[in-house]
Amino acid sequence: MTAGPLVVEDATIGYGRVAISEGLSVDIPEGEFTVILGPNACGKSTLLKALARMLKPSAGRVLLDGKDIHSQPTRAVARRLGLLPQSPIAPDGITVADLVARGRYPHQGILKQWSAEDERVVAEAMAATDISELASRGVDELSGGQRQRVWIAMVLAQQTPLLLLDEPTTFLDITHQIEVLDLCAKLHREGRTLVAVLHDLNQAARYATHLIAMRDGEVVAEGAPADIVTADTVQQVFDLPCRIIDDPETGTPLVIPKALASARI
Amino acid sequence: MLDTPRAATEPVARSRTARRVLGLLALVAVLAVLAVLSVAVGSRAMDLGQVWAGLTDAGSDSYPVVTELRLPRTVLGLAAGAALGLAGALMQAMTRNPLADPGLLGVNTGAAAAVVTASFFMGSFGFTGTVVFAFTGAAVASVAVYLIAGAATATPARLALAGAAVTAAGYAYVSAIQLMDAATLDQMRFWSVGSLVNAHVAPMLPVVLLIGGAAAVGVLLARPLNALALGDATATGLGVDPRVLRVAGIAAITVLAGTATAVCGPIVFVGLVVPHVVRAFTGPDQNWVLPYSMLSGAAFLIAADVLGRVIARPAEVQVGIVCAVAGGPFFLYLVSRRKVARL
Ligand SMILES: Nc1ncnc2c1ncn2[C@@H]1O[C@H](COP(=O)(O)OP(=O)(O)OP(=O)(O)O)[C@@H](O)[C@H]1O
Ligand SMILES: [Mg+2]
Repeated sequence: MTAGPLVVEDATIGYGRVAISEGLSVDIPEGEFTVILGPNACGKSTLLKALARMLKPSAGRVLLDGKDIHSQPTRAVARRLGLLPQSPIAPDGITVADLVARGRYPHQGILKQWSAEDERVVAEAMAATDISELASRGVDELSGGQRQRVWIAMVLAQQTPLLLLDEPTTFLDITHQIEVLDLCAKLHREGRTLVAVLHDLNQAARYATHLIAMRDGEVVAEGAPADIVTADTVQQVFDLPCRIIDDPETGTPLVIPKALASARI
Repeated sequence: MLDTPRAATEPVARSRTARRVLGLLALVAVLAVLAVLSVAVGSRAMDLGQVWAGLTDAGSDSYPVVTELRLPRTVLGLAAGAALGLAGALMQAMTRNPLADPGLLGVNTGAAAAVVTASFFMGSFGFTGTVVFAFTGAAVASVAVYLIAGAATATPARLALAGAAVTAAGYAYVSAIQLMDAATLDQMRFWSVGSLVNAHVAPMLPVVLLIGGAAAVGVLLARPLNALALGDATATGLGVDPRVLRVAGIAAITVLAGTATAVCGPIVFVGLVVPHVVRAFTGPDQNWVLPYSMLSGAAFLIAADVLGRVIARPAEVQVGIVCAVAGGPFFLYLVSRRKVARL
């Protein structure tokens, strides 16, 4: 198997002197929709930060297209790799269109200011996330779900073949969660490589084409959802006794947590 | 389908841009009027004819007053006001803190500490000497703040804490030296309130060049600062290195505010209030906030200086006092009226 566009090679990642992951190796396969799973605080966001060059490994390397990501100019990386962090900040009073437009930053320069191309890409990104009617609204007056779609539009406007999304479905109701995941699936079908952190195992099993299950900073299991989402792995990763059945809609694995004896009434 | 969003946003965006351009033109006009006033008004008031003669005719009565006193004072006011307005806007953008001002980098106390130290060890020295010591002190203090805040790992919150610590230590030091050595008090009197009265002895060319150069750098930071406004993580994703941006920003702020402070003494509130008011009009886009803050800072400082020359004629009130008296309540009003904008 050839190495994917994003590779973590035997890396130690952490904050200051505290290592969250040691000797971590991860290969993000090209053209796949990879979902990272794992309990709270197991290091999913930390891995994503390392993939997005926000954290520099204290040992080992992160490779983008085969070259150390930290040795490449950061704006060039930003044209290859887009990131939606877990808690982005919107300045007060900014409009939806202006926020989405900021995604164009890596495509502009001192001499290359706002262009018709930028205008078109921003309009497309807003249309794809269904926020076109919100364009002139203030971001601070939107609902959590609308705001999340605005952020996704901002990353889409960056036009990168690789997308890293940290919990893109948090704050969304079930309909909007599915909408965002359908949008991800569409982006994936159009040829982008996606990496997302999700908390819902069933959604992960349904939408991902590649799963990475983590626990305590380590990758516990990795592969196709049908192979990974098993009662054993779920027990091992989440300490959750469960049964697995086939999702009647899609045939993908569906996790049914077991009712604890003590919880039975 | 793609026409819908454009049709929806473009008229709004265009009218907003028109408003911002008009505002900028109005600001330039106000600045021009204020500059003329600043030359005309003083203990000896002039009409426009005398101002013009003073600028152009070396033989006229008004020539010495205009060229030696009022013109340098006006130029210094414009430069220092622009510097403080822009430095404040940069500081607030960089720390994402709407209440930040350049003093937070320790510029004011650094300058004061350097001047008392020099005067304690060397006795009295001329105004240019004061300016050089003050500028050096301001630069040293802001580098110290940056290093204490953790250099490359500095976050907005750590910068604010380090700035507060350095400022407190600096004040204690300045007071201690003054208690030990009464002579420094005299040298320092200028340092308690900002003023433009020393304009005629100030090294004007270096001052204007320093402020001009740093302002050019500062204004170029608008686009990366727009990315930084979305948080360090998003900024990194967009291809901005927040650490590099902070170093560039602190360097520009230090030169801008350090130069203004070195020549005029500490002038508070311009760097705090001006960007605040500007944002209420322009919105959060730094491409507009920075130039607007620069022009508004210049206008505010000149207006305050002219006012200070008028209200207590024939004496004058220092511009630092006028700024504090005018800016303080206005700032309180702003804070109480609308919630302080998060950046
Ligand atoms: N900025 C930081 N500084 C220090 N430690 C951190 C920082 N961010 C996260 N950590 C620690 O790193 C560990 C892993 O955190 P991480 O954010 O990667 O978890 P996660 O798997 O994304 O969890 P969640 O599902 O809750 O988002 C946690 O113990 C956390 O406390
Ligand atoms: Mg997380």
